[in-house]
Amino acid sequence: MKFERYGIGIAKGLTVTIRHLFRHPITTQYPEQRLNISRRTRGNELIWDRNNCTGCATCAKTCPQGVIHVVTAAKIDENKYEVEKFEVDTGYCISCGLCVEACPFDALFMGYAYELAKYRRGELVQTNEMLFASEERRRSAYMHPELADELPRQTLLLERNTEE
Amino acid sequence: MITSPGLNLEQYWQILPPDWPGGFLWHWLVFTIIIIVFVLLLVMGYIWLERRGMGRMQARLGPNRLGPFGLLQPVADAVKVLIKEDLVPTNADKVVHLLAPIVAFTPTLMIFAVVPFQNGALLADLNIGILYVVAISSVSTVGVFMAGWGSNNKYSLLGAMRNVAAVVSYEIPLVLSIIGVVLIAGSLSLNQIVLAQDIPFILLQPLGFLLFFIAGCAEINRSPFDLMEADSELVAGFHTEYSGMKFALFYLVEYAEALAIASIITTLFLGGWRGPLLPPWLWFVIKVIIVFFVMVWTRSTLPRVRIDQLMALAWKFLLPLALINLLITGIQVLAWPDALPWGVIFLNFAIAVVLVLLWSKLFKLGWGRVEV
Repeated sequence: MKFERYGIGIAKGLTVTIRHLFRHPITTQYPEQRLNISRRTRGNELIWDRNNCTGCATCAKTCPQGVIHVVTAAKIDENKYEVEKFEVDTGYCISCGLCVEACPFDALFMGYAYELAKYRRGELVQTNEMLFASEERRRSAYMHPELADELPRQTLLLERNTEE
Repeated sequence: MITSPGLNLEQYWQILPPDWPGGFLWHWLVFTIIIIVFVLLLVMGYIWLERRGMGRMQARLGPNRLGPFGLLQPVADAVKVLIKEDLVPTNADKVVHLLAPIVAFTPTLMIFAVVPFQNGALLADLNIGILYVVAISSVSTVGVFMAGWGSNNKYSLLGAMRNVAAVVSYEIPLVLSIIGVVLIAGSLSLNQIVLAQDIPFILLQPLGFLLFFIAGCAEINRSPFDLMEADSELVAGFHTEYSGMKFALFYLVEYAEALAIASIITTLFLGGWRGPLLPPWLWFVIKVIIVFFVMVWTRSTLPRVRIDQLMALAWKFLLPLALINLLITGIQVLAWPDALPWGVIFLNFAIAVVLVLLWSKLFKLGWGRVEV
């Protein structure tokens, strides 16, 4: 005798729904509450370190979108290149992270931020100083696990405690 | 105070309730306002309860932005829907399309005329109260069918046809389960029925309550019987082509019908306004909200039934059980009118469980070729 056919199934379903009524809702109310994203995220911006960069343009060559544009000038007295312009059109960037993986001098990092929508298309093109790391523009630990300790641990839905 | 100079005052005063100065007109005016306010307020409360409660049951929050706990969300919805454009399809039957929401809404509001909020506090204490309710409540189906027909849309018509089929089928077990209550109470007047409930009739009539609840949910097309506006099948069913104020009226009808069924369940089975400590009208409101909460609960739990399952449930499950319930109630009322209530309660619960189990075993769809 299967009791599922005699209304037990309905009773089970009703207990499930009433239990849900008293548990915590899993909704994250986004602008006010946010979860920490993964520390190894490929956020949608690039962080560029001018001191490490030699202007080799390996990043520009690996970029499948051809988004990175590097202009260098020879600095004869120091026997090296100086980067005059490092430009990324983040509007076309697909956040694949290949440039970060390719960089031989650890001068490129993926960003940790993700709220980078702009109102104008021109604002998406980021040049030199705009690409530096700062308080708001932190480096993600993608390809650079040594950076992971600076970033907060990722929060999952179950660990988070939200109030309405 | 309203005086009527043309009338013979002696004669006039005799037909007035003595405790109502100004008489019948006052009574009519006050209770009409009370009913409209009651319906509108509780419908907004219901919408809030349904959206929030169902949200929480699905581990969501539900609307919580407007006002404390999102309490003003129904108001915002109403404003939004009222300022929307009122569209009428080109090939629609314009008059029918316009009249449909009104025809659907009016009978729903008229049900509350006989629902007692306190002892004797009702618009019209009809001695055939519950018969009036049964008669008037199915009229709003005409409005729904007019909407389906007038829209000139196949989905609307399909939804409306389903609604008519459902209401015609479910009216029978609904009425038969009411008769059990009427037999015990010995009156058709809703106020008298409440006065007769020293024990709430849900205890004396558990099977009747179950049947009435299921049939009532089907009658007002709440999930899991919401076939007439099955969103995943029929766009929005009968009100696909409605917008603006007319849609608002249909939305109102949906919840006002739920409120009406909840009020009648409260009055017939849960002791109406009777209860300790709190004022009677508050008891009534609390019970009405609890009944509606159970409706929300079942809605968020059960998936929608198919149309053949809907019909089979009415004719093969509810109808025979309602007839048996009526027979058993009749025997009990005739044979042991003064029996110990607790013995009868135990007996009736046992009978209800046995009958439901037995009929679940016998229940087959489509000549038994398809099993549930």
